[in-house]
Amino acid sequence: MTDNLQPGSPDKEPASEEQAAQVTLGNTEQAEAATTPTAPHQRPTLGRLFLENLWAANTFTVTLLSLVLAMVVGAVLMIISDPDVLATYAYITARPSDAINASWTLVSEAYANLFKGSVFDPGATTLTAALSPISETLTYTAPLVFTGLSVALAFRGGLFNIGAQGQAIMGVILAALAGFLLPLPPVVHLLVAVLAGALGGAVWGFIPGILKARTGAHEVINTIMLNYIAVYFLTWLIVQKGVQDPNRTDAISRPVDASAQLPRLFGEPLRAHGGILLAVLATWAVAWLLNRSTLGFELRAVGANPDAARTAGISVTRTYVLIMVFAGALAGLGGSQMVLGTTAAALTPLVIAQIGFDGILVALLGRVKPWGVAMAALLFGALQAGGNRMQSYSGISLELVTVLQALIVIFIAAPALVKAIFQLRAARAARLQTSLAKGW
Amino acid sequence: MEPGEIHALLGENGAGKSTLMNVLYGLYQPDEGEILVDGEPLKLRGPSDAIAAGIGMVHQHFMLVPVFTVTENIMLGAEQVRGGIAGFLDRRRARREVAEVSQRYNLRVDPDAMIEDLPVGIQQRVEIVKALTRDVDLLILDEPTAVLTPQETEDLLTVMRSLKAAGKSIVFITHKLGEVKAIADRITVIRRGRTVGTASPQASRDELAALMVGRTVRLTVDKTPATPGEPVLEVAGLVVDDDRQVRAVDGVDLTVRAGEVLGIAGVQGNGQTELIEAIMGLRPLLAGTVTLDGQRIDGWSTKKVLRAGVGYVPEDRSVDGLVKEFSVAENLVLDIYDRPPFGRGLSIRPDAIARSAKERIEQFDVRTSSAQAPVGTLSGGNQQKVIVARELSRPLKLFIAAQPTRGVDVGSIEFIHSRIIRERDVGTAVLVVSSELDEVIGLADRIAVMYRGQIIGIVGPDTPREEIGLLMAGITPDSTGDAPATTDGVASGPEGPGSKDEKA
Repeated sequence: MTDNLQPGSPDKEPASEEQAAQVTLGNTEQAEAATTPTAPHQRPTLGRLFLENLWAANTFTVTLLSLVLAMVVGAVLMIISDPDVLATYAYITARPSDAINASWTLVSEAYANLFKGSVFDPGATTLTAALSPISETLTYTAPLVFTGLSVALAFRGGLFNIGAQGQAIMGVILAALAGFLLPLPPVVHLLVAVLAGALGGAVWGFIPGILKARTGAHEVINTIMLNYIAVYFLTWLIVQKGVQDPNRTDAISRPVDASAQLPRLFGEPLRAHGGILLAVLATWAVAWLLNRSTLGFELRAVGANPDAARTAGISVTRTYVLIMVFAGALAGLGGSQMVLGTTAAALTPLVIAQIGFDGILVALLGRVKPWGVAMAALLFGALQAGGNRMQSYSGISLELVTVLQALIVIFIAAPALVKAIFQLRAARAARLQTSLAKGW
Repeated sequence: MEPGEIHALLGENGAGKSTLMNVLYGLYQPDEGEILVDGEPLKLRGPSDAIAAGIGMVHQHFMLVPVFTVTENIMLGAEQVRGGIAGFLDRRRARREVAEVSQRYNLRVDPDAMIEDLPVGIQQRVEIVKALTRDVDLLILDEPTAVLTPQETEDLLTVMRSLKAAGKSIVFITHKLGEVKAIADRITVIRRGRTVGTASPQASRDELAALMVGRTVRLTVDKTPATPGEPVLEVAGLVVDDDRQVRAVDGVDLTVRAGEVLGIAGVQGNGQTELIEAIMGLRPLLAGTVTLDGQRIDGWSTKKVLRAGVGYVPEDRSVDGLVKEFSVAENLVLDIYDRPPFGRGLSIRPDAIARSAKERIEQFDVRTSSAQAPVGTLSGGNQQKVIVARELSRPLKLFIAAQPTRGVDVGSIEFIHSRIIRERDVGTAVLVVSSELDEVIGLADRIAVMYRGQIIGIVGPDTPREEIGLLMAGITPDSTGDAPATTDGVASGPEGPGSKDEKA
């Protein structure tokens, strides 16, 4: 066939191949970038390969370096905000050692306290004291895993769920109501309360899901609006008769019955509760759902290319609704832990704090992969727990932790910046950028 | 190009007309060769260089901001400011300029109208005014009439004449012969990236059509004569709108029989895409019926249509055919992931998917580093093979392939063609849509030519390509007798049954 091609024909080929190349350009570059580094030299040592890989701009390295960068910026902020240390800079040319020493003391002590509050305190004498930091970290981690998974799951399906906060609020409301209104035996009561929490979130996720599927209303706007509605519904509900604590005049509900409380993991007085086990279970379930289920296949296909999914016979609208229901249920579960766990036993207007919004950060930091999200939640939980100790021991305000979290995510979201700062090799970088740039 | 000349650039889709003009406008860089303006070689690094050299372009798809007024759109990119550093936009001056230009060339536009409120023809006029306010001498119009109604086209031709009278040169890109003959001073025909001839407007349509589709190139496909069986797909009176709610398919009747290839030829944008999408349940039908094996399938979901034994290769593989981020293996089961053995209950079975992927990759000669590589890293031809492999690896009654070899290398074209013919030979009804006439002629046992949402003729594969070319341009042979076509001379005439005896 190739032999009897007419003269006009071969000219077509370069043109069409060029077109094809252009279409796939972005991807082929990645592929080449991914394969070439190993090709040129023959058999570098294992250690060298390891180092090279570590220093290449892969996800792990960028995440780690983002953390380092955030801490550096955080250190600068600590120094600036401490008047005593700042004063030493007034005469830095005369006695630079003063400024350096004062800064070093401040920063190192603060970060040491951050570590002692979240991981391990070498000064601990009892087992309880030794376990205390971990327990605190896990307590903060559990709800973040759920809200993080909620955002991540929706993200994989091509939806940006800003509504984890509202869904968590609806979850905490239903969980608390089930917790103090229903007179049920211990184990059943807890189960019902947890499921009620999931249901509350699922309903709150279903609304933007069905609106998106049926009318094309953008889920970002609708979830934000539903956040407001949920917040004020909670504020209103707390002071209603039968909900408000009869012995109190302020906005607080009756406490959840002990029979609906999640069991403590390490016993009193440590706060870690069974929620963290549920979180691990949920992470596993979401990972299974995404990678091993038909629904997950549909979800990922719709998220990556809705047109192709539709052409392949996948119902995009049905998938959107299901995604939002699942995402809502996860966020609702996260919210329910705020009253069923040890953080609080009763509803207050700020009972779930910022877990929904932190969930967005956690999902981004975990690169919208289930186990990545769990790890990111653990990091954020540790920062929260350590931040408490940093505040009480070093007098660094807790808000700095929030700033640190925000900085980490900013650096992660701008891998090019991290690469530029650390002169990382560009291997696989393109892929890294697209993973987060999409969806915004 | 000479001053005051209208130079028509004629060629099929993908012939390289737009690419050439994008090079002229500085959007693409030439790999070799040079551009001469007034005898001087010109190096264009971007559209601003082109504008500075006096070249303006009106794109096929307008580059206008819908929520801006006409004046604001025309200012865009060349904003006049006053007030020094404060940089107030000088809207009044811009408005005056617009008025002046539209007066001078008799291009009536309201400077204060919002772009989104204007009909397409006027939007195009805005584009022309925009180019003219930049003081261009050479204006490139890239398929300007593709989106226009006949009346608007007439207006545009008038405008072009007045521009010509004012000494502007115009490059007019099109594939419509009638317009070319009406307006052009000189015609260059491009085919497959090459100039194949220059003609004067006095040349007959037949000559131009022959030049355009080319009589020398014919990608032959080895095949035996078809042995058509029962009708598998029957489409009757189909009416479909496109995304802009404009009628795209206007009463199409089609029959595809088991064991035959029906090719749909036609210039892109004449309703082929919408026709196929309607059959696949991807686009709502406004009227008409679609019958598969005696069963009405119109109104069915896409999934149900696929399950009923329809294989579908969509026209744009990167948009509709593949999920680029997915692996080759996953893309190979994109529409059967939930059927055994790949899916069981709620779960999918990656091992089964991987095993089948390995087989398919071998069977269909997909060149990939591994089954787990993202499909986006494959070349266009291999991506297309993935789709073809996916669709042909289940038992089919009907196989629909839209532009099956667009942007695909020669080797893959040959392979895909042979697979299509093999599918026909096992008794599947095959419907091939292509804007490559060679492809349609090579594959089809019968050729239906689509023009403006209607089938204006069904002819045998031995019909002279000039004649098919004319049909594609909307010209039905008025003379009778010499052609094997059974078109009734009228565009909307019913056909299909009558033409069957012509083939084989």
